[in-house]
This record gives sequence, C-alpha cells and structure tokens, in this order.
Amino acid sequence: MTALKILFKGGRVVDPSQDLDGVLDLLLEDGKVAALGPDLDAGDADVVDASGLVVTPGFIDGRVFLGEPGYEHRETLDSGLQAAAAGGFTAVVTTPDVSPTVDRRAVAEMLTRDAARLGWARLHPMAALSKGLKGEELAEMGELQEAGAVAAFDGVTPVGNPSLFRRALLYSTHFDMPILHRAADPQLDADGVMHEGEWSTRLGLPGCSSVSERSVLARDLLLAEETGGRYHLAPVSTAGAVDQIRRAKEAGIRATCDVTLHHLLLTDGDVHKSVFSTATRVDPPLRGESDVKALLAGLADGTVDMIVSDHRPYHADEKSDVQFSVAPPGIVGLETAVSLGLDRLVAAGHIELGRFVELMSCAPARLFGLETGTLAVGAPADVTLLDLDAEVTVEASTFRSLGRCTPFDGWTLKGAAVGTYVGGRRIELPELG
Amino acid sequence: MSPERYAHLWTRKDLVGIADLSADEISVILDTAESFSEVSQRQIKKVPTLRGRTVLNLFFEASTRTRSSFELAEKRLSADSLNFSGSGSALSKGETLMDTAHNLEAMSPDLVVVRHQHPGVPHMLAERLQSGIINAGDGAHEHPTQALLDAFTIRRAKGRLDGLRVAIIGDIEHSRVVRSNIHLLTKMGAQVVIAGPRTLVPLHASGFGIEVVHDLDEALEGADVVMMLRVQLERHQRAQFPSVREYFRLFGLTEERLKRAKDDVIVMHPGPMNRGVEIDSAVADGARSVILDQVANGVSVRMAVLFLLMAVRTEAA
Repeated sequence: MTALKILFKGGRVVDPSQDLDGVLDLLLEDGKVAALGPDLDAGDADVVDASGLVVTPGFIDGRVFLGEPGYEHRETLDSGLQAAAAGGFTAVVTTPDVSPTVDRRAVAEMLTRDAARLGWARLHPMAALSKGLKGEELAEMGELQEAGAVAAFDGVTPVGNPSLFRRALLYSTHFDMPILHRAADPQLDADGVMHEGEWSTRLGLPGCSSVSERSVLARDLLLAEETGGRYHLAPVSTAGAVDQIRRAKEAGIRATCDVTLHHLLLTDGDVHKSVFSTATRVDPPLRGESDVKALLAGLADGTVDMIVSDHRPYHADEKSDVQFSVAPPGIVGLETAVSLGLDRLVAAGHIELGRFVELMSCAPARLFGLETGTLAVGAPADVTLLDLDAEVTVEASTFRSLGRCTPFDGWTLKGAAVGTYVGGRRIELPELG
Repeated sequence: MSPERYAHLWTRKDLVGIADLSADEISVILDTAESFSEVSQRQIKKVPTLRGRTVLNLFFEASTRTRSSFELAEKRLSADSLNFSGSGSALSKGETLMDTAHNLEAMSPDLVVVRHQHPGVPHMLAERLQSGIINAGDGAHEHPTQALLDAFTIRRAKGRLDGLRVAIIGDIEHSRVVRSNIHLLTKMGAQVVIAGPRTLVPLHASGFGIEVVHDLDEALEGADVVMMLRVQLERHQRAQFPSVREYFRLFGLTEERLKRAKDDVIVMHPGPMNRGVEIDSAVADGARSVILDQVANGVSVRMAVLFLLMAVRTEAA
C-alpha cells in the first residue's frame, strides 16, 4: 500500500483560485488537500522536497482526442492518458468524435470506467451535441451528464443548423452544461487548407477566410444572448473573434473561449518556413501575425479563458507521409503544452505564472464544473509540480502518445512539469519501451 | 559543352520554384538556354551531353505540352527517360506519395521531373530524395520552367526584362504560371500588372510588389508584354464567373483592346488556349503573338535546366 499522505515542503505554491503565490507547505491526505500553510508538521507523511519548484493545482487539458473507441491506431486511453500525465496534466477532457460517438450513455460510462481503471490522468468525456455528430437531432444531454459528460460539443464538425444550435443552448441550461463550438462555415472555407492571406496566395493553397470563424461566432453569440446558455468558442483563432468575445463578455453574455498553443506560437508563415510540413496543417488553420498578437493580448487581458493543447494524434501513414493538402488537420500536444507555455508565454513575458496556472487549471475546472483546479483544503488532491529551470528538448520520437506529429519537434524549452499527482498519488509511469 | 564548366554558376540540386532563385541564377539558366537553342536548329537535333543519365518524368496530373517539352529536351540531350503518369499506374492505386518516391529512388534516377496537383509535392520529394527534382508544376504554386521559358521569350523579343511593363490577365487565383512569373519578372526588374475578375484574383494579391487592377483596358495601357492566362474551365465547377460569354466581354483579348498596349507589344499564352474565351483568334494568330515561340523556347530552357542540374551532380560525384 502506497502512502496516502504526502507533504510538499518549501515549494512555491501558485494557486489563483485562492489568490496564492508564495512559499508554503502542502499536505495531501486520503486523496484530498488536507492542509496548506507555512512549516507544516510532516508527521508520518512522505516528504517531497519542493524547494525551488512550483506547486500548482493539477493542470487540465480542456480538449484532447483520444482514439478510443474506434481509432485505437491513433491513440489509446492507455497511451493518451500516460502522455497526459507525462506532460503534467492530471486530467483531460476528451472530444466525442470517436466511433461510436459519445452520444449515448454507454460510451461515456465506458470511457470514464476504463480510464479510472488505468490510473494515469483522469478523463472527463465531452458528449456529442448531436446524435452521431450529424447536426440533426440533439443527443441526450441529461443522461450523458449523469454518465460523466462535462460539456456538449460536436468536435471539429461545425453545427450548421442554427435552429439545432439554438435548441442545444436552450436545453443545456437545464444541466448547466457548456456548449462548445468550433465556429466555422464549411461552405465558406470550401477546400481551404490554410489561413487565407499572403502566404496562401504565395503558396497556391486554397485559403480559409477569417470571416468563416467570425460570421458563425456572430450567430452563436446572438443565440447565446437570446437563450442564456453557456457558450464556449473552441478555439478562438482570429483577431476579429477575440474582439467579438471581448465585447460579448462586456455585454454580459455567457461566452468563453480557449486558445491552442500552436495558434499562439506559430503563424501561416510557418507553412512556408517548414516547407509544407503537415505538422503545420491544423484546424482552424495557423493564422496571421496580427491574429497571434490579438490572441496574446486576449490571453493577458482575460478575454481568452483557457489554454488547450487540442491534442489530435494520427497514425504516421495518415499524417506524416502525405502531401500537405490531403493531410488531416491536427497535431499532438499533451507532452509539449506545459513547457511551451512556461517558456514561450511566461518566460517570454506575455503572461505571469499565476495567469498561466489559471488558464491551465482553474479555468478549465470552472468551465467544465470540476472539483479540481484548486488547492483549497478539501479539494481533490490533484497537483502539478513544475521546475521553471528545467531545460527540455522536444523529441517527438520519445512521446508516450502514439501520435508523433508536432511542429515543435527539436525545440529547446525552459520549464517543465516534473511531477503529476492525481488523487493524492504520484503517477509513476512505466519505463519507455 | 562540358558540365564541369558550369558548376560554379549553378549549385542547386533541385529546381522547385522561382521564389528562392536569385537574379543571377535566373540569368545563368537563360544564358545557358541560348546556347541550347542552337541545337534545336540543327539537322541532327541531338547532343551527347546527358548520355547514360536517367531522367524520370513523374506526372501525377495530366499534361501534354509540358511533358512533351521535357521529353524532347531529354532526348535532345541523349538522356534515358522513363515516364510515369497519374492514371493507370500505381500512382492512382492508393500508393502513398512517399511509397512512390521510395520506389523511384530505388531505381536511382539522376533527375526526377514532377508534376502534381498539390502544392509542395516537389519540395517534399526534394527533401527526401537524393535525385535532383525539377518542378513541372505543383498545384497553383509554381511552374518554374514555364516562367523561365516566358522570360527567355521576352528577352529574345525585347532584348531585356528590366524596365518592361508586363500585364498578366485572367485566372490569377488558380495559376501556378502567374506565381512563378511574378517572382521571376519582379526579380529581373520588370514591372508587373495583373488583372482578372475579382473572383479569380486572390484578395491578398497586392503585397507582392505588383500592381493589381480589375479592368483589362487599364492593365493593357502601355504594356510591353501581355500574358494571357488559360481560363481553367475544368476547375470552375463552383462557377467563379457567370458565363464564358461575359468573361470574354470583360477580359477577352481582342485586336481592338490590344491597341492600348505599346505598338511593339508581344502577346503570350502558356497554352492550351481557349479561343474565344480569354483570347480572340485574330490576336492568337496575329503578328504580335509569340505563342509558338514560347513552345519552341520551352525545349531550350528545359535542356538548360536539365543540363545545369546534372552539372551539379557531375561535380559532386
């Protein structure tokens, strides 16, 4: 029996949920936070010397595709949840676009049960918004919530039918479930494979106009205002949409949004720089420099609520050995997100460490109604331990994820997650085979 | 002509686009093409320069003109050529691009001429294969040998490229020819103006050091060179203009409209032409047309490119 009492001694505790940033001791006991304060008595607890390290509430990746069921060649719960723990995440929120889709109780229950059995990071499934992601009939939101679903979302498939989307927002208020949406107009995007701008023009690749995201978002915000439903844009990628969300929040509309690390750190110019690398093919597409600037500003001023990795693994046959235009959009991110954020967002001066923890832990917990995302006494003992000075070089070939496609391969970054604790227990991953 | 003599002038393994070339490199190709154009005038149109060398022509997308031009260039240089085309081969049977590439690599060709409907494929192959890669057109991205033969044709007719006003008219959006030409002509000091229906001109076309107008007459005004682009009727299922009739009315080149250009204007077209769509027959077959010269010059320019890329390999060996 492993010790159920752990004391983190002398670490810098950063917990925005309690407005905390200072050197404190943290005691975990029986899967809960038992005490938080200066110079706690170790008693019979296992002591972790956290001096020089940062102790934060467990990081939650708010949007992750794990292949089960149906796409086990891309990712399994085992590989994906190990990757999450290795990357410093104590929990992930999974997308429903698996096969069969998470549009019925049994699939959601299977996922939560199987994930719990594995004992790596926690898994919170999202429910499909519509049955079969077809955009025709609502899925059973209430039953799915009982089975553990924390949001309704049709994955990367935009909901074209405004009447259905309106009903989803209305119906969701019974359950206080957020409705996530990848706002885009597939007809406007047509065959677009990258952001429409100077680079798409130069490279001769069909473009996706920013108007696609902005026009559907405008519709969504009007419906959110009318219905009082909780709307979440997943993700925001354009400067215009950042502005729309900012104004919606000011107007009191229940609207939130997230952003991916790749949209914060890369631009459409990287499609050219990487010579058409399929690791720069994502959905929404990498945008222009002015968009990146607006996203960073939104991150700092509170318009953007959450950072996600939008982890979307593929088998190399599908993704890496094909030409840019036919490669499916998406990249892996679980094992790079924390280091990218610590180095390129925090150390680079775009946001404070406390804000980063808010974006990676407190905000997703609030959005999805989780008890985690805080180190308040009595909360589940999910903790991420950070070393801001650790230097890491991204090596995709050593990922625990089955997906290897990342535009960040070879990047050297300062700062890493060095410990992941779920329910008061340190996640010890097996040696890499 | 010995390849070794050219090794210091040309150092690239591949020719995937004009975007990366310097003005000097472009001049080297054009100058080399001058010497090869003489070969095509001979009674015996063949030199032993590439004897024993293998060139693979890999056409994932249908092509008659460019492919014949490359084949002819290869034959006139005495290279052994092998043709793969998109239909009726493994290329259309689900083999991945990289499988195809590795299979080809196993045959160790010296050069691979590739056309593909997706932008970037020649670049991917150039990165992964030892063979030298020549881009014969990748989607709407680049078509470097077309731009080179266009420049060669202009230089022959006008004696220079620098300072000329070149109007490029038509379907800008889907044209790889226009992209390569814009890179080449602006690098060589020509002034480029493009025109076409708003639905066929990218919204972000300005910002390439060129002038963008949407009126044919305005574009033709004072032009030294008029380059008409093919309206790719087969690509316009989504109806980017209402009718061929209206297209011709707005952007079709007639003798009457050509009067706005300089008296000694030359008219070009990369072919194949849609007579009565983008160009009137009277202009296409008229005195100002150099359309058939382009075809002839294409062979010389491609001989020059094959030769220079092979010179690099000879040097390396």
